[in-house]
Amino acid sequence: MSLKSLFTGAAALSLMCGAAFAQDRTVNVYNWSDYIDESILEDFTKETGIKVVYDVFDSNEVLETKLLAGGTGYDVVVPTGTFLSRQIQAGVFSELDKSKLSNMSNMWKEIEERVEKYDPGNKYSINYMWGTTGIGYNVDKVKEVLGEDAPVDSLALILDPANMEKLKDCGVFVLDAPTETFPAALKYLGLDPDSKDPAELEKAADVWKAVRPSIQKFHSSEYINALANGDICVALGWSGDVLQARDRAAEADNGVTVEYSIPKEGALMWFDQMAIPADAQHKEEALEFLNYIMRPDVMAKASNYVYYANGNKASQELLNDDVIGDPAIYPTEETVQNLYTVTAYPPKVNRVVTRLWTAVKSGQ
Amino acid sequence: MDEEVHVAAPVKRSLGGWLLIAMPYLWLLIFFLAPFLIVFKISLSEVAIAIPPYLPTFDFSEGWETFRENLSSFSLENYIWLTEDALYWKSYLSSVIIAATSTVLTLLIGYPIAYGMARSPQSWRPTLLMLVILPFWTSFLIRVYAWIGILKNEGLLNQLLLSLGLIDEPLVILNTNIAVYIGIVYSYLPFLVLPLYASLEKLDGSLLEAAEDLGCPPWKAFWKVTLPLSIPGMIAGCFLVFIPAVGEFVIPDLLGGSDTLMIGKTLWVEFFNNRDWPVSSAVAVILLMILVIPIVLFQNQQQKMAEKNG
Repeated sequence: MSLKSLFTGAAALSLMCGAAFAQDRTVNVYNWSDYIDESILEDFTKETGIKVVYDVFDSNEVLETKLLAGGTGYDVVVPTGTFLSRQIQAGVFSELDKSKLSNMSNMWKEIEERVEKYDPGNKYSINYMWGTTGIGYNVDKVKEVLGEDAPVDSLALILDPANMEKLKDCGVFVLDAPTETFPAALKYLGLDPDSKDPAELEKAADVWKAVRPSIQKFHSSEYINALANGDICVALGWSGDVLQARDRAAEADNGVTVEYSIPKEGALMWFDQMAIPADAQHKEEALEFLNYIMRPDVMAKASNYVYYANGNKASQELLNDDVIGDPAIYPTEETVQNLYTVTAYPPKVNRVVTRLWTAVKSGQ
Repeated sequence: MDEEVHVAAPVKRSLGGWLLIAMPYLWLLIFFLAPFLIVFKISLSEVAIAIPPYLPTFDFSEGWETFRENLSSFSLENYIWLTEDALYWKSYLSSVIIAATSTVLTLLIGYPIAYGMARSPQSWRPTLLMLVILPFWTSFLIRVYAWIGILKNEGLLNQLLLSLGLIDEPLVILNTNIAVYIGIVYSYLPFLVLPLYASLEKLDGSLLEAAEDLGCPPWKAFWKVTLPLSIPGMIAGCFLVFIPAVGEFVIPDLLGGSDTLMIGKTLWVEFFNNRDWPVSSAVAVILLMILVIPIVLFQNQQQKMAEKNG
């Protein structure tokens, strides 16, 4: 083969590859682990011919670090509201072209209004799921330790040392997420859960320090299995995760009954939002994906699978009864009034919060 | 002129020779100095809400003037912050203690292994060597995960001890510092055994014969001949264990508890939870100083000793 024919061959090959790439449309999605019914992705590919490359993370921090480093290669990411607002400020996302999102009309106005706090005008993101941070508990064991009138509907269950000393041997896990634990402690103290005042944050840290000796582990996902297996009694956790534990225990029929309660003091309401990074390679495909997700039947399928409420009003008729009818997932109007939201910590405050949280965890 | 020629003559080298000498320096420049300078540069910046999350970014593209302006805005503020917070010093100290203790334990376990290998019949040695290297064929992460299964309360170890009647209650090992020691010693043992084995194997057997001929009992011959001659291998092995162990993240994260304080974990929190790249870079620069300065001093000392003896 002469050099020239080799060159022509290579050129032809590269042309073919180019054509193949053009046909092979893909979208790279980066979502939380255990957070979607995988058949939704398969259906999407069947319908649109767009291949979904799906990857998962388990903490907002990891996602944010990747986004701030830039060049992630992801086309759709799912940060939580507080993180989203800071990322919008940093210029991570591209504005959504709403002319391509015809299903936007299905969305739930109330949720969109609440999300305005993080994403003014809902310019950069759509709601995927929302939920609360509350108490997951093993019904029988907690009664055994604290008696019939155990305060399972109060933050005092986890933040009052008197209760915690009794629960210690039974096992208590707490989310390893200061953005969740500090607002809870502030609320328990009757302070503003969204406080950025270092002195108040220090008080919140003291509340956690007082119960720290009775906490077995700080972790943001292990409590699902631990609750379901009956290894622990109580966990401060995310609503859907606790409900997954409840169902796993029921399926396993292992004599463990898990329940979720929204504390009467009020609970943190959070929103996981889908957004498109500014440096995404497949923006068209990403928009098609978001539009597909906003279809009522798709969103209902997702919620029926993960046991979280979604921000899609039209999907509600299609939800299973054990989802739409469960006040732990779709709280009553009265409870909703009691839910609060928080905003992101500015960098210097964030440093103080993380430092305080490390001190709580390490028992220093 | 004459003098110069005279001096240069004995070290006159071809281009290839120079390249050969330059290689290690080039290696150092690309894989050590350049990354270090990048990290050092970030450590002088300030955290910001941007991509990347620090300012100034020290970019040449905006011209010389902006570059000089940026240069003047660099500060040592992050280093001052490190001195003000006891957490960092406690992390450094506890990392060094954990790494040093693990290194000693590894040496105590690894020396007999390496010695046994070196004294075994020639035909066995390749097999034994293979056995030491074999664990590397499985992913490091999976091997550390396996220890969770062994050490947890309902794990294999506790089940074994309970069934043998040696204990009445399961031992709490997982999520404590003991588990971290076990993990480090297990993971880094081959790094100590291999260089030690190499230096023990090269040992001249006639020296031991001479000692025996001169009436030296075997244990004394070991103490007076084998042990001193294997010191270079021991030092190399200990460095290979100690240095990575100080900055270890995976083992304390998976096996340690929330009160296990190690600089690798502190760095992770600083980088991911605080997304404070400047401070985490400062932590990394100090860690490097803590490791490099004593090692360089030690090497110099060794070299001087060698020159004196030689």
